[in-house]
Amino acid sequence: MSYHWNWGVFSQRAARNQTYLDWLLSGALFTVGLGLGSWGIALVVGTVLGVLRTVPNRLCSGLAATYVQVFRNVPLLVQLFIWYFVMPDLLPLGDTFKHLTPFVQQFGAAVLCLGTFTAARVSELVRSGILALPPGQKDAGLALGLTLTETYRFVLLPMSLRIVVPPLTSEFLNVFKNSAVASTIGLLELTAQGRQLVDYTAQPYESFIAVTLMYLCINTAVMALMHWVERRARIPGHIGSH
Amino acid sequence: MLGDGMALSLEITAVAVAVGIVWGALLAMMRLSGIRLLRWSAVGYVNLFRSIPLVMVLLWFFLIVPQVLQRVLTVSPDRDLRLASALVAFSLFEAAYYSEIIRAGIQSVSKGQLAASFALGMTYGQSMRLIILPQAFRNMLPLLVMQGIVLFQDTSLVYVSALADFFGQAYGIGERDGRIVELLLFAGAVYFVICFTASSLVRRFQKASEWQ
Amino acid sequence: MIHLEKVSKSYGSFRVLRQCTTQVSKGDVVVVCGPSGSGKSTLIKTVNGLEPFQEGEITVDGTSVGDPRTNLSKLRARIGMVFQTFELFPHLSIRENVTIGQVKVLGRSLEESNAKGLKYLDRVGVIAQQDKYPSQLSGGQQQRVAIARALSMDPIAMLFDEPTSALDPEMINEVLDVMVGLAQEGMTMMVVTHEMGFARKVASRVIFMDQGRIVEDSPKEVFFSSPRSERAREFLAKIVH
Repeated sequence: MSYHWNWGVFSQRAARNQTYLDWLLSGALFTVGLGLGSWGIALVVGTVLGVLRTVPNRLCSGLAATYVQVFRNVPLLVQLFIWYFVMPDLLPLGDTFKHLTPFVQQFGAAVLCLGTFTAARVSELVRSGILALPPGQKDAGLALGLTLTETYRFVLLPMSLRIVVPPLTSEFLNVFKNSAVASTIGLLELTAQGRQLVDYTAQPYESFIAVTLMYLCINTAVMALMHWVERRARIPGHIGSH
Repeated sequence: MLGDGMALSLEITAVAVAVGIVWGALLAMMRLSGIRLLRWSAVGYVNLFRSIPLVMVLLWFFLIVPQVLQRVLTVSPDRDLRLASALVAFSLFEAAYYSEIIRAGIQSVSKGQLAASFALGMTYGQSMRLIILPQAFRNMLPLLVMQGIVLFQDTSLVYVSALADFFGQAYGIGERDGRIVELLLFAGAVYFVICFTASSLVRRFQKASEWQ
Repeated sequence: MIHLEKVSKSYGSFRVLRQCTTQVSKGDVVVVCGPSGSGKSTLIKTVNGLEPFQEGEITVDGTSVGDPRTNLSKLRARIGMVFQTFELFPHLSIRENVTIGQVKVLGRSLEESNAKGLKYLDRVGVIAQQDKYPSQLSGGQQQRVAIARALSMDPIAMLFDEPTSALDPEMINEVLDVMVGLAQEGMTMMVVTHEMGFARKVASRVIFMDQGRIVEDSPKEVFFSSPRSERAREFLAKIVH
């Protein structure tokens, strides 16, 4: 290849007192922060929504179902643009929002967007986990004298969450990957910093490899965590549990 | 213009779903196989593609595919290879996700079914093909289609390479005419109608073919 | 026809089978009984290689089960097995359930497989259900279909792993009647069960297992009238009122 490799580019001065590597690290920090914040929102909102979709109350399950349908059927990129460009015009606190610093606007829009988006998908998984249980489980819990809430908390959710650990892992990983779309509204997370590096150094391979490696690190950490969770939660008797 | 964009979105979706499910099923079986080399290769592939944002995968293949194609197939450097790069990127990327869904589906079929098919004298391959995978796919069909619908929405990410899919066209028009809010909401509504209809049809089909 | 010689099996440090030695001759009906956890299900599953074993030898009609060179699929095609949980294939109709093994494993034509499958479905009394799916049948019907599925393969011997344990009481007899009929026709059978009435009727021998060991292996009359071991006596006292 006639490409000129230069791995030293990362220690070159970029601007002020930062090296290009510092740029990448700051991007990684924003990515992790964005990811964790969104996942927190998604788990809480998603579990509640998933449970609501399985309760007998028509109003509750209907509202939850509508939420899920809206957030699942519009692309993430479109939702992000709507949060960033449209919501400030439509929502009550919108004017205050527009006067915050650009970074806070970008980060805020991104977290809200990613969190609410992922919550819809988490709720589907929680719901499918609950529905995968034998119907007698709920009856057994109620027959013991537990309230419906307690039955969900002590009988249904523990089993159904175990069942859906593999797809939940996918969703958790998705959050960090989806955070990359925030680069399109100007947030300087990891992917955006990667593209900056390409523009400033004309060394696309080194830049992309570094960014890829950083994403791999983040995700190895997440996968190790979820693998540990999956092993602790495994139920004997299903194929693959050697 | 919007129509062309939509056609592009649909084309990418169709190719990536087809290739993704086939390659993903193979990966899932490699992952469950007893041969270590196969298992590790599948694990490595899936982990790699599941660790990187789709945006990055697109950027990578937009970098690599034109160079490879120009070198290997002596395609002229002026040819617009963005679509080819996008197709390759999406297909390889989705396969990793499909393989995990399929793996969970296979694991959700009870061990007794495998024992019963072995007891009849079937080989592992026959058991998988005739007994386990059909049941696994029926169990996982909702998730498989869900992933396909997500893929259709993800095609909007070709925005990062200035490929003009439906969203790209809509936003472009909005910017040009100063009507961003309307066009964004319009684009959202169109995606909503398409995806909602698609998933409703799947649900109806599911109920009709339920044997459980 | 079936010979087990000092068969032992462990799961890690847990010894499931200890030096089990016995045989089932052609036409024999051997009932295997014992308390839960005695290893009787595991023992029967070693016969067709569904459970691997660490020590000992098992031969079925001259073929060694433990030999790595043995084609287990071919061997299993010649032995029929009926499971406690029926394990019919839920995505196939009843007719497809009894023909799939014949077509895919034995290579028979579809016509031949259908003819044979329907003959056995009729034999066990469920031919009217041939186009239905397993989930539409009762437990007793499903188990009878499972027996027909195994018989359609023209096995040289049949293995039953607690075939009636998952059934409602009123359906147990319909399945046992089919099994009695098979025994009376001379099928070689090895049956893990608690149904001592069945054993009294058609068994040639009874094997009693406890904690992985074969404690007693006697002709039926001997077992029921004067069991040699203390454990077997206790067990009989509890089971047979």
